[in-house]
This record gives sequence, structure tokens and C-alpha cells, in this order.
Amino acid sequence: MNVSVIERRKHYLNINYGIRSWLFTTDHKRIAWLYLLSVTLFFFIGGLFATLMRIELMTPQGDLVQAETYNKLFTMHGVTMVFFFLIPSIPAVLGNFLVPMMIGARDLAFPRLNLASWYIFILGGAFTLMAAAAGGVDTGWTFYTPYSSIYSNTHVVLTVVGVFVTGFSSILTGLNFIVTIHKMRAPGMTWFRLPLFIWAHYATSIIFILGTPVIAITLLLVGLERIFRLGIFDPSLGGDPVLFQHLFWFYSHPAVYIMILPAMGVVSELIACFSRKRIFGYSFVAFASLAIAVIGFLVWGHHMFVAGQSVHASMIFSLLSFLVAIPSAIKVFNWTATLYKSSVSYDAPMLYALGFIGLFTMGGLTGLFLASLGIDVHVHDTYFVVAHFHYIMVGGAVMGYLGGIHFWWPKMTGRSYPESWARVAALLIFVGFNLTFFPQFVLGYLGMPRRYHVYPEEFQVLNVMSTAGASILAVGYVLPLLYLIWSLRYGAVAGANPWRARGLEWQTPSPPPTENFDRTPIVTEGAYAYEKDPAEIYTVGKPAHV
Amino acid sequence: MSKVEVFRQHHFVDVDQQHDASWLGMWVFLTTEVMFFGGMFACYFVYRHWYLQAFASASNQLDVVLGGINTAVLICSSFTMALAVHSAETGRRKPLVVFLLLTIVLGLVFLGIKFYEYHTKFVEHLVPGSSFRFEESLARPAEIFFSFYFAMTGMHAVHMIIGVGLLTALSFRARQDRFSPIYHTPVELTGLYWHFVDIVWIFLFPLLYLLGRHL
Repeated sequence: MNVSVIERRKHYLNINYGIRSWLFTTDHKRIAWLYLLSVTLFFFIGGLFATLMRIELMTPQGDLVQAETYNKLFTMHGVTMVFFFLIPSIPAVLGNFLVPMMIGARDLAFPRLNLASWYIFILGGAFTLMAAAAGGVDTGWTFYTPYSSIYSNTHVVLTVVGVFVTGFSSILTGLNFIVTIHKMRAPGMTWFRLPLFIWAHYATSIIFILGTPVIAITLLLVGLERIFRLGIFDPSLGGDPVLFQHLFWFYSHPAVYIMILPAMGVVSELIACFSRKRIFGYSFVAFASLAIAVIGFLVWGHHMFVAGQSVHASMIFSLLSFLVAIPSAIKVFNWTATLYKSSVSYDAPMLYALGFIGLFTMGGLTGLFLASLGIDVHVHDTYFVVAHFHYIMVGGAVMGYLGGIHFWWPKMTGRSYPESWARVAALLIFVGFNLTFFPQFVLGYLGMPRRYHVYPEEFQVLNVMSTAGASILAVGYVLPLLYLIWSLRYGAVAGANPWRARGLEWQTPSPPPTENFDRTPIVTEGAYAYEKDPAEIYTVGKPAHV
Repeated sequence: MSKVEVFRQHHFVDVDQQHDASWLGMWVFLTTEVMFFGGMFACYFVYRHWYLQAFASASNQLDVVLGGINTAVLICSSFTMALAVHSAETGRRKPLVVFLLLTIVLGLVFLGIKFYEYHTKFVEHLVPGSSFRFEESLARPAEIFFSFYFAMTGMHAVHMIIGVGLLTALSFRARQDRFSPIYHTPVELTGLYWHFVDIVWIFLFPLLYLLGRHL
């Protein structure tokens, strides 16, 4: 195939041109691109804050930035990465692009709401960046009261408004996914033929719609308390700061599952495709997603073991936190069982998927340490916690995201990325990540507290290792940015199904037409029938244009 | 193309699918609203449990008659809204417009009474802040009660204002005869929203005005 073949056919990218055709688009595939560009921007802004922190931590003295500046750095790093990169990354980019395509729909149920959710996201992001530009905020991404609501002299209200506003974009995305998955499936696409990516996004959407409103009202109350001195969370005014923590973690713990569940969905697709096999125990993996979403709502108290919560509550929360490990382990075991005796190929997306399994397992197992009451008291607020959640959020969610971006890049752009560069980047990220964060487990266990910019000299070696790892990690993240942009123009033309995958999204040309499918597909098999020919799995119905 | 097809957006297979999707979407949205108000209700219960005496005493400062009238007004508005939906279903344009307008008027009456109540609280120094005055020993928790009073009823009032805006837009479209027995989804969905906002008040009224009055 040559370039002119792509050019001649009308698809969603060349159907019309110009900035207006993008800013006013209601095509879910174009909105996915809007999100892709914006979350990439936020990822590198958040990464900049992290870089400054890691440079500061190379020496035990506070020689690069002052304590106040350091507080702002870790706060802005957390706020940007959590609310503006990790939470929207997979759902709003890959989910937006793929949910309708995987179920054989022409678009999400509410295309205009989908576009609105991007504008809301940008508005929230603008508030937060404004706060950063105006001098930043220093409460930590957790906004703990009463520091945030009374004492901090930084731009708390502006930041809180930014996060509040962005929450509505999550809610709208979740609402759109739930309705789309319920009502827009193609003929024959039954619930148990759905790709596991869809199950994962369905579970994520449940958290979006049940959790996000609670953080919205909580942050609203923090803002009101700061402006009007309401006294809801400030003990000196009769309020209860622990109540804030309850409300905050009621959302923010499930928010971790917002980050990891979609990544698990991506990994399920990758593992099946690159081991040319049906996913082992499909329905267990599917229900494990729902179980994680449901149990995830009942574990928030494990963030508050040392916050004065009743011991009995802590014991129950500890037990429930252990329960989350069961569905998570089911997934890990089923993925490895899928790999067993299969013909594995090690293309870049698969490297990310395998990296995900290893790092997520590390992150999950150390999570059990933190769920145990006794050990948590020892390592609470130390680098052990920092390392643990970075294994989940970066080792898990970001690996899943990058694996997914590489896997579906040919579908999104019609071009292949350069495979050998991509493998190098995936390996760099894996090595750099472990070098950055594994020493932090040790640091934390030895007692180095998080959120300090100076530390005793005996911690320096491990901190220098961590910073060295971070610079490798940075190279690993910049590489895909460069070669993916390069591939837009110079990448080889990919064809409809370069991976010979069985999912519905691969049965339409790359890039897909605006209506996704020229004819409505009729599904007769699940998404992982790798032992069959794709032509046996799908037939076509009436034309999409009536 | 049949008459029904006119209302179909390009990405739906048929009008039924479109209607089902809109309907489910509204219910999911209302679920998020339950969680949103639920957070505030949870906080309210915690503090009511902590400061029972002060909450009872502060609750006595609210005007139960005006609150009661407002409850009646809202229940009537739900009734007119239901009649509006019924008129749309049976394709009667004039009653549809009339019932929508009646619902708007009742909504505005509610908001008027609410703002009169706010004004009274302001005059009586019951608005949280530096001018707040209350019986010395209970002053601080009573201020928390009024913080909740304003936050919860204020958030409810914001929802009412949005509802009145939606109804106004609907009544213009109804006047232009844009709805029919085969297509009146916006009327149905706005009706759902309006009933939901009413139900929130049905919970707010006893919690704020009635509970613990005679403690």
C-alpha cells in the first residue's frame, strides 16, 4: 500500500480540515485526540514538577528550593498528575476512541455532552494552571483541613475550583460510557461477548458517577469554609477535620481504581492479542473489574489508621482492604494463565503489558503491607507509601496507557510507529521506573518521611539512585513523544488490522470512517476468538448511512 | 423518511434506541445528584449528632410556616409538571404550555419565599460570619447549623433556578409545537429532574425545620 491509498479514502481525519472542525467536533474519535493532546501537556507539566523535586533530593541539604517551594512542587505534581493526567488518561483518550468502536456503535450516546466534557476539563485545567502561575498551592494534593481551609496562604480556592470543575467532565464521561454500553451495542454483541476493555470501562464509569459528586461537594465545602469561615472542617470553629478525610478518601481511594481499572482493560486486550489466545477465565476477569469497583468504595478508611479513627473501624477497613486483593489477584493469575503455553510475541505493547503485570503485582502486594494495621503505623507517611502508589499509578496506570497508545496507534492514525525505538523506550521506562521507585521502598522502611526537602545524610545514596532512575524514566517518556509525532508523517501505512487482532475495532479501516463502520457489523463470537478467522466472527448488516 | 425519523440523531439506529439512551442518561445523572446531596446530608447528620442541643435550638429560628408553604408549593409544582408531561404524551399543545408556565410560576413562588427567608435571617444576624449573633454557649455549633442551612438550601435553590431555566426553554419550544406524542423526550426528562429537585426538598424540610423542634 502507498500513501495515496490512505489519502483517497474518506476517514475521520480527512473528512474536513481546519481548527473549527476540531474545536466543534462531536466525533468521539476527534474528541479523543483533543484529550490526548491536553493530557499529554499536563503529563509533561506534572513531570516538570517531579523533575525539580528529584533534583532537590539529590543532596541532603535544601539547596535548590526552599521548604515552601518544595511543598508547592509536590502539591502541583500531585494535583496535575492525579486529576489532569491519570484520571482522564485512559478513559477519556482510549476509552473515548474505542468504546463505540469495540461495541459496534457509530458514536457515544451523547456526542455533544462528550465535547462539553472536554471543554469542562480544559476550564478546570485552566483554573489549576492559573493557580500554579499565580504562585502555586502547598496543601498536598489531598487538601487536608484545617490547613487548606484556614491556614495555608497559597491559592487553595483557585486550585479547588479547578479540581471541582474537572470532576464534572469525569461525571459526563462516565455517564456517556454507561449509557453507550447499555444501549448502543451492535446486533449480536451480548454482554459476555464484550471485550474486557469495555467491562473495565463500565466498572470505571460506575466509580466516576458515584464517587466524583462526593469529592465535588467536599471541595465545595472546603472552598466555602475558606471564604466564609464556616467551621465544618476546622476544629477551632467546632468542625471535624477527620470528617474531611472520610469524605475525601471516599472518592479518592476509588479514584485509584479509576486509574488502574482501565489499564487492566488495556492489558487484557494486549495479553490476548500477543499470545494469540482467548483470555483465560473471561468472566472472572470481567466480574473482577466490577468487584474492584464495588469493594473499592468500602476501603477508604485505610488511609486514616493514624488519624484518630476508632480501632474497630480500622480493623474492618483493614479486612475490606485485603478483600480487594482477591479480584486483583484473579486478574493477574488469569493473565499469566493466558500466557501459559501460548505463542507470545514481544512487540512494544506487549512489553508494556508484561511490565504492567510485574509492577502492578509489586504495587498490589505492598498495598497489603499498608492495609495491615501494625505495619501501616510504622510506614505511614513515609516513602514506602510514595513508592507503593507510584508502582500502581505509574507502574500500573501509565504502563497500561502507553501500551494502549502504541497498540491502537495504527488504528488512530493509520500509521505504524517505529517498532525498535518503541521497544527501547518500553525497556528504558521499565528499568528507569524500578530504579526510581524501588529505593523509595527501602527509604520509607528505614524511616524517611515523605514531603520533606531535607533529609539525614545516610539516606543520600538511595536518593541519588532514585534521581538517576528518574532521569532514565524521563528519557523513556520523551522518546515516544518524539517517534510517535515522527510516525504521523513518516510511519509505514498500517492497514486495517496490523496485529491480526480479533476485536471489532480492527474490522474497519485505519483510520476509521466517521461513522466507524461502513456497514453495521453483526457479531457472532466474543472478542478473543483467536483460533478462528475474523470473517467467521463478524458479518455485516445494513449500511451505516440511511 | 417517516415522521419519526426526523427526530433521530445520526448515530442512533432508531428513535426507540435514542429515547432509551436519553432516559437512562437522565437516571444516571440523577444518581450522581443523589451522591452530591448525599455528601452534604452525611455531614449534616454527623454534626447534628455532635451538637444536638444547638441544632435543635437553631432549628427553632427557622420559619416553619414559610417552610411548610414552600413544601406545599413544590408538591403542587410537581403535580403541574406531571400534567405537563401527560399533555405532551397525549399531544395537546395548549395544556402543555399552560402547565409548563404554571410549573415555572410555582417554582418562582418557591424561590421568592426562600429569598424572603434568607433576607430575614440576614436581618436577624443568623448568617454565618462576623455578624453572627446567637445565645453565647451555643453560638459556635449554631453557626455550623446555619452554614449547613445555607449550603444545603442554597444548593437546592441553584437546582431550582436551573430547573426554571429548562422549563422556560421547554415552554418556548412547546409553543412552537415542537413536541408530539411520538417525540417529547425533553419534556419527560425535565420532568424527572424537576421531581428529583422536589424530593430533595422533601428531605431538607423535615431535617432542617422540623427535626428536634420540641427537644
